[in-house]
Amino acid sequence: MPANPLPDAEQLLASLIDRMRPAIGPNTGLVGIHTGGVWLAERLHQALNIQLPLGTLDVSFYRDDFNKKGLRRNVKSSDIPFDVDGCAVVIVDDVLYTGRTIRAAINELFDYGRPASIRLAALVDRGGRELPIAAEFTGAAVTVPTGENIELTRDAQGRLALQLTRD
Amino acid sequence: MKIHIKNGRLIDPKHGIDAVRDIYLAAGKVVAVGDAPTNFGANRVIDATGRVVCPGLVDLAVRLREPGFEYMATLESEMDAAIAGGVTSLACPPDTDPPLDEPGLVEMLKFRAKNLNLAHVYPVGALTVGLKGARLTEMAELRDAGCVAFSQAEAPFADNQVLLRAMEYAATFGFAVWLRAQDPALARHGVAHDGEVATRLGLPAIPVTAETVALSTILIIARETGARIHIARLSSAEGVAMVREAKSRGLPVTCDIGIHHAHLSEMDIGYFDPNCHLMPPLRSQRDRDALRAGLADGTIDALCSDHTPVDEDVKQVPFSEAESGATGVELLLPLALKWAEESGLGLTAALERITAKPAAILGIDAGHLGVGAIADVCIFDPDHHWRIEAAALKSQGKNTPFSGIEVRGRVTHTLVGGTLVYEKK
Amino acid sequence: MWLNPGNPQLNKNGELHHLLSLEGLPADILRQILDTAESFVGVTQREVKKVPLLRGKAVFNLFFEPSTRTRTTFEIAAKRLSADVINLAINVSSQSKGESVLDTVANLAAMQADMFIVRHAASGAPYLIAQHVAPDIHVINAGDGRHAHPTQGLLDMYTIRHYKGDFTKLRVAIVGDILHSRVARSQIHALTTLGCPEIRVIGPKTLLPAQVNRLGVQVYPDMKSGLKDVDVVMMLRLQNERMNGALLPSAQEFYKYYGLTEDKLALARPDAIVLHPGPMNRGVEIDSSVADGKQSVILPQVTFGIAIRMAVMSILAGN
Repeated sequence: MPANPLPDAEQLLASLIDRMRPAIGPNTGLVGIHTGGVWLAERLHQALNIQLPLGTLDVSFYRDDFNKKGLRRNVKSSDIPFDVDGCAVVIVDDVLYTGRTIRAAINELFDYGRPASIRLAALVDRGGRELPIAAEFTGAAVTVPTGENIELTRDAQGRLALQLTRD
Repeated sequence: MKIHIKNGRLIDPKHGIDAVRDIYLAAGKVVAVGDAPTNFGANRVIDATGRVVCPGLVDLAVRLREPGFEYMATLESEMDAAIAGGVTSLACPPDTDPPLDEPGLVEMLKFRAKNLNLAHVYPVGALTVGLKGARLTEMAELRDAGCVAFSQAEAPFADNQVLLRAMEYAATFGFAVWLRAQDPALARHGVAHDGEVATRLGLPAIPVTAETVALSTILIIARETGARIHIARLSSAEGVAMVREAKSRGLPVTCDIGIHHAHLSEMDIGYFDPNCHLMPPLRSQRDRDALRAGLADGTIDALCSDHTPVDEDVKQVPFSEAESGATGVELLLPLALKWAEESGLGLTAALERITAKPAAILGIDAGHLGVGAIADVCIFDPDHHWRIEAAALKSQGKNTPFSGIEVRGRVTHTLVGGTLVYEKK
Repeated sequence: MWLNPGNPQLNKNGELHHLLSLEGLPADILRQILDTAESFVGVTQREVKKVPLLRGKAVFNLFFEPSTRTRTTFEIAAKRLSADVINLAINVSSQSKGESVLDTVANLAAMQADMFIVRHAASGAPYLIAQHVAPDIHVINAGDGRHAHPTQGLLDMYTIRHYKGDFTKLRVAIVGDILHSRVARSQIHALTTLGCPEIRVIGPKTLLPAQVNRLGVQVYPDMKSGLKDVDVVMMLRLQNERMNGALLPSAQEFYKYYGLTEDKLALARPDAIVLHPGPMNRGVEIDSSVADGKQSVILPQVTFGIAIRMAVMSILAGN
């Protein structure tokens, strides 16, 4: 088995925590995007000692590729257990790529209320943006060949890792 | 016109013949079987090598749709279908519009059919005026005009008194009364057999008791009146048992089933296939098996097509609103062969139920090829496998549930009264 | 012979293309619908109860038989998915003018419909429509004759799962006019597919269809034996026209023997839930004290019904 060319997810998470720490205030709300983003957000939520409860989003109902791909199976419920109005929201996702998922997440957030601000945290940024979206906080920038994807996994102990998968 | 059909396997159930024999036709009759008459000098020789030569088929129920339903089918289209299926004699039920309740209508039908010079048409006259179940028709007049029997088709009797009177009157003249055994009240609004499939599909149902209650009434009245009765389109195992019992007691009763009921059951309705909306309804597999066994043991005398060409417009509606019936005169032969093969019976058994036996029910001299018989002949290739395609049927009605089914046995020539009226290209 | 056509609800990939009946649908498709509906329940509790999934799609409510309630729930569901909804009550007059169901549908399809929600008094009508629409149009059966009411069956399953969890440990009773009920048929198929081990039907013989046991249910002639120890009681509506005649002597007698009252409900398990597809005939099939009682989940059924219809529409539109 070839060595994993991708950086260690736990190390990236640690540096992401360090970068985010100064930006956290009392009205910061964390919202993870299913599924990898939620795992990250859970860890960030605990490490950064965020007061507002953790929110989760499944953006399936907001995706722009619905007409092409249909509805994914195992759609999870979106759940924002805090008042979005006036809140400084940080969206958390594992991999930032085209930006389309983030666009969908922003749209969905606005159906919950009017946040004071929205920022984005991603574990890795693999470039390839198709929309004017940028992350405020990233663990690392990674280059991956087209046709391959980066996937975040979580083992039984809760350890996070990055993996390359083919389309 | 003298025709010599040579080298064919002649099967004539009535005369117990199943052998390679030549047959000679002249002046519309069979003039010799086996050896050629001296100086025969055929105008035409048909080589039937590898084929079966049998009497033209006799079908007890073919709706020609005239008069009244010419938009669904015409005499021309349905007679073409009949001869393409090897059917040379057919009885047509009186459920035309107007019904066949007046001699003029019967004469017109006979006249039109004769002019086409295809299959012989034997009208079954209406038993009551307008098939309304109340006033008797002039049966004797109708017989003189050409009716071979009398029937109510699918229409009910107003009450059993009329049924009794109709049978008494018919018995007076020795006319046969053909009846469908279905109690109208028990069948009311029903469109499918009262069983598992109707329950699943939520279709208003017709219980078996609709058949057995009516059948017992008919059999009792027949015994009292001495009328010669024919039960058309039996559908249930219980019905078969009742007819078997009546026959064993010597009651002069005959009966038939349709080709659909010999092969299909309620299961074949599938997802509301309107082509399986039939009257009587397709019943359970157990019922179907009893019908097949009854046909084999002689309880059921004949197999018919119950040919009912229906316009697409009245089939392309929800199942319960669709017109009942299926087209089938062209399929009588292959489906009879299929029944026999699946029942472990030979060609003779299959052909007997679509030639000699129905001819006997009609009381006509047809359905056999004895010397002197009318030269109605069907020649078919018993090994020709083919797929039924609704669109390819000659009948104007394309409503068959058998579309796409593979069958064996294809008519190659049909002769009516010594004239070659159909030859497969 | 078995002519055996393929299941017309599924596409080549075995995905749901039309929703016509719950019979013959694999359990994982039923679960997919229930799971997706769960996500939509969350949406319906938000400030903006709407998602952009079916934006620009045209959903036609095609009701050949009037039903304000069902039509409304489909309408709400479609609107919450941002679809354009066109309501058509096809009255008897245009039908009696000789326009066939298929003509009507062809006309509407020409108006760029994406989805038809069909209610019809004849069993099987949605199949006929599904067989004749263009391949990109989806058909949802909103109740056909006595045959099926799949979204009602699904919302009942959702309700049961919500309150009871695992189907494989449940004893369920369905009470009343099974013969004429499309709801009962859909419930039975869904329950058997989802693994419910004991489904009972309770009613007088005149209201039970032939060989109903073949659907996988046990027949109980009376409430006393039928309701004993059940976890779920599903009541059915008794139509007015069936109350006095050859099927039943009177509504009063029916209520006395088959109406769900508190003392009859006491035969069921103490935590049993009571469902009813509505609209209810209080004092005929159900007593008010039960309908409004703490074991009744009749109002939540309505809420879940919208989420179920959103789930079905979005799954179909995506397949």
